[in-house]
Amino acid sequence: MSTPDRRRAVVTGLSVAAPGGLGTERYWKSLLTGENGIAELSRFDASRYPSRLAGQIDDFEASEHLPSRLLPQTDVSTRYALAAADWALADAGVGPESGLDDYDLGVVTSTAQGGFDFTHREFHKLWSQGPAYVSVYESFAWFYAVNTGQISIRNAMRGPSAALVGEQAGGLDAIGHARRTVRRGTRLVLSGGVDSALDPWGFASQLSGGLVSTVADPERAYLPFDVDASGYVPGEGGAVLIVEDADSARARGAERIYGEIAGYAATFDPAPGSGRPPALGRAAELALAEAGLTPADISVVFADGAGVPELDRAEADTLARLFGPRGVPVTAPKALTGRLCAGGGPADLAAALLALRDQVIPATGRTARVPDAYALDLVTGRPREAALSAALVLARGRHGFNSAVVVTAPRL
Amino acid sequence: MTRRVVITGVGVRAPGGSGTKEFWDLLTAGRTATRPISFFDASPFRSRIAGEIDFDAVAEGFSPREVRRMDRATQFAVACTRDALADSGLDTGALDPSRIGVALGSAVASATSLENEYLVMSDSGREWLVDPAHLSPYMFDYLSPGVMPAEVAWAAGAEGPVTMVSDGCTSGLDSVGYAVQLIREGSADVVVAGAADTPVSPIVVACFDAIKATTPRNDDPAHASRPFDGTRNGFVLAEGAAMFVLEEYEAAQRRGAHIYAEVGGYATRCNAYHMTGLKKDGREMAESIRAALDEARLDRTAVDYVNAHGSGTKQNDRHETAAFKRSLGEHAYAVPVSSIKSMVGHSLGAIGSIEIAASVLAIEHNVVPPTANLHTPDPECDLDYVPLTAREQRVDTVLTVGSGFGGFQSAMVLHRPEVAA
Amino acid sequence: MARLTLDGLRTILVACAGEDDGVDLSGDILDITFEELGYDSLALMESASRIERELGVALADGDINEELTPRILLDLVNGAQAEAA
Repeated sequence: MSTPDRRRAVVTGLSVAAPGGLGTERYWKSLLTGENGIAELSRFDASRYPSRLAGQIDDFEASEHLPSRLLPQTDVSTRYALAAADWALADAGVGPESGLDDYDLGVVTSTAQGGFDFTHREFHKLWSQGPAYVSVYESFAWFYAVNTGQISIRNAMRGPSAALVGEQAGGLDAIGHARRTVRRGTRLVLSGGVDSALDPWGFASQLSGGLVSTVADPERAYLPFDVDASGYVPGEGGAVLIVEDADSARARGAERIYGEIAGYAATFDPAPGSGRPPALGRAAELALAEAGLTPADISVVFADGAGVPELDRAEADTLARLFGPRGVPVTAPKALTGRLCAGGGPADLAAALLALRDQVIPATGRTARVPDAYALDLVTGRPREAALSAALVLARGRHGFNSAVVVTAPRL
Repeated sequence: MTRRVVITGVGVRAPGGSGTKEFWDLLTAGRTATRPISFFDASPFRSRIAGEIDFDAVAEGFSPREVRRMDRATQFAVACTRDALADSGLDTGALDPSRIGVALGSAVASATSLENEYLVMSDSGREWLVDPAHLSPYMFDYLSPGVMPAEVAWAAGAEGPVTMVSDGCTSGLDSVGYAVQLIREGSADVVVAGAADTPVSPIVVACFDAIKATTPRNDDPAHASRPFDGTRNGFVLAEGAAMFVLEEYEAAQRRGAHIYAEVGGYATRCNAYHMTGLKKDGREMAESIRAALDEARLDRTAVDYVNAHGSGTKQNDRHETAAFKRSLGEHAYAVPVSSIKSMVGHSLGAIGSIEIAASVLAIEHNVVPPTANLHTPDPECDLDYVPLTAREQRVDTVLTVGSGFGGFQSAMVLHRPEVAA
Repeated sequence: MARLTLDGLRTILVACAGEDDGVDLSGDILDITFEELGYDSLALMESASRIERELGVALADGDINEELTPRILLDLVNGAQAEAA
């Protein structure tokens, strides 16, 4: 195996569970055709909520994807994570017969909301019926480590593993930590992020803080970088990626390499009131430097795309400063799924790898009119074909988290 | 050349005392701080004992706005951060903020605040469709607790990598392990790392009641946590926090910092066995220990003290004893092993950091803290668990371990910098 | 009070813990250990909690062990009910 500083972390498998597209190819098709995954909440009667839209996965029948024994003990988010893990491992061609030692298989995932629907039910049972009604599974179905633990158990992965929380940025941090873990000597790390909190309490909680759009039209509610941007729409789901040592992947005869996680960095904004600018640009610069690339090498940016005018402007300023005015194609396909919290970054990363594969950039949902002052070359309306060799994926989490990942097309 | 990482500041909030000194006094005296739950009416619950902290946010210097804004666990983390920074003597204002990171561990984060807000929104559990009219502006932060590391970052002036490591009951070891990696790889020069958890709330008590993981020894709260004792029957839930200033070794030396210990090695593995169960053989924890010693480039015989997970459940103490024998061989029988959970209880994600604090203080003072409440031998737990009384001896190198739901098994080797090869 | 039947137990097990893909619960399972039926201690604790709430019979901590079978469990539950009657 190669020395630490020369180890390269590549993606050999991926899968997506997102609104509008269960499975990688369905998701990718929905992004390219502009299928909107945002709709009226159907899980409960949200009529008295000020916002009633969400990106919901409505074609996932858990019993079709998971053994019956796992159903009573898992939240909906964990079911997505387990199913996506299965698909990603299958995509990478990794299984018990791959000859990988159990300690050479790690799991690093992110969730920012834990098993919230599950825990809401248990809170309700505790307070309406009493402690005897609380499930034995609550002790782990809720906590943030649940997806890492369940995926590890289901797939006998015993290597270095972790669960990270960093709101919307946490999913990219998980990918970054998977890359770090591979570079430190673990051959393969399953990574990514998934979130879901669309039960009545979870959804209400997402509305606090005032960043969720109150526009009722699903076609107009989440418009990143648009003049009519009014906030975001919460969604559920995420993506799982198989991050693997390049030499090891070659040695085991991996069927495909989607690309290399060439650079990663995380930064944190200055404290509120400091008067200094946010640190998103620095995260991008550090990730580029790690990848040994310059802004000119980047063919497309998958933006955070908050959908909140002030935050959109800050991100546009950052991009213009890094790449020059309209210096690089930018997209935010999450406009079609809603913001998936910890799942958002990994889903964007999956989209970026698919864009490198198919040499096409998906568009930014329904965003149509971008303020000139943003100086953005935003891909809108329809996908754009382009020669793509490297993508920068950005994510920001509430209170100041910034994460950036650079992925490059596989070396031939 | 690998960058070396040292601990130069410590801040602790643990049951039985308000700061680092009180914490160490409690441990070395072998006193226990577990008591009947006073935070709420625990009469409907099976286990009604906890390690609670008498935390006065105003006396701790928090402004009314900070008290309103910060969850209890966040207040703990910030209080410990302030202590650790003061202890380190580091002038963070003179540092490049982009070179300061944060790695905060927590298992259940804002559980207490979640439950308080739930009762308001659901009208004490009556309504499934909670009422958004009673939505707290902070509710998002309790749902998605990124604000916890964010508050630590603001307190420390950190603008480098900031994250929360939430690996359940190994969070407090793994957050510090994460910080070590950030400094070694050059992503940061200083990382404020540690963990906080405040799980003494009805929902969490109910969780552990349901799986009978906590002890029902309600008639004897002060002696309820009995790691490695033959009569042990579950752990005692607790709250707490510990935060550290971690620095690159040479920079710490240059500024003449007091160095508590070097983090020589850290490793984590999963057992891929069961979300709550443990195999008897301790295989994965043994592998973590082996890997951590390997990273520290130390022979197993160099370990002077093992700070055990020692939760006091039947299965853990047996599992862990097997792991020590498997990894340390004959040395497992020679080295003192103790569990401070016998005195401060099990504060879930926080305890790993509190145990790191105990470990570095053991090195600092050359004292091994005891396992309190250990009177009855258990044939399956046949190592030297330092019963009841602290032991003065040379402590250069400590192994501390953690084990948690989800199957996480973590180990860290802490030692005096001079010990390094 | 209603006795717990094998069918009733099957229903509780499936509701509380699902069923193992490789096991036919509808067969003659009375003397097969729960472990062999694919149920771990968590599954049994969840089921025992349901039995306690529905039938008012609490199992002792030691009752849930590696040797437990449906027959032993039914005897414990129905025996306790008979005693209480």
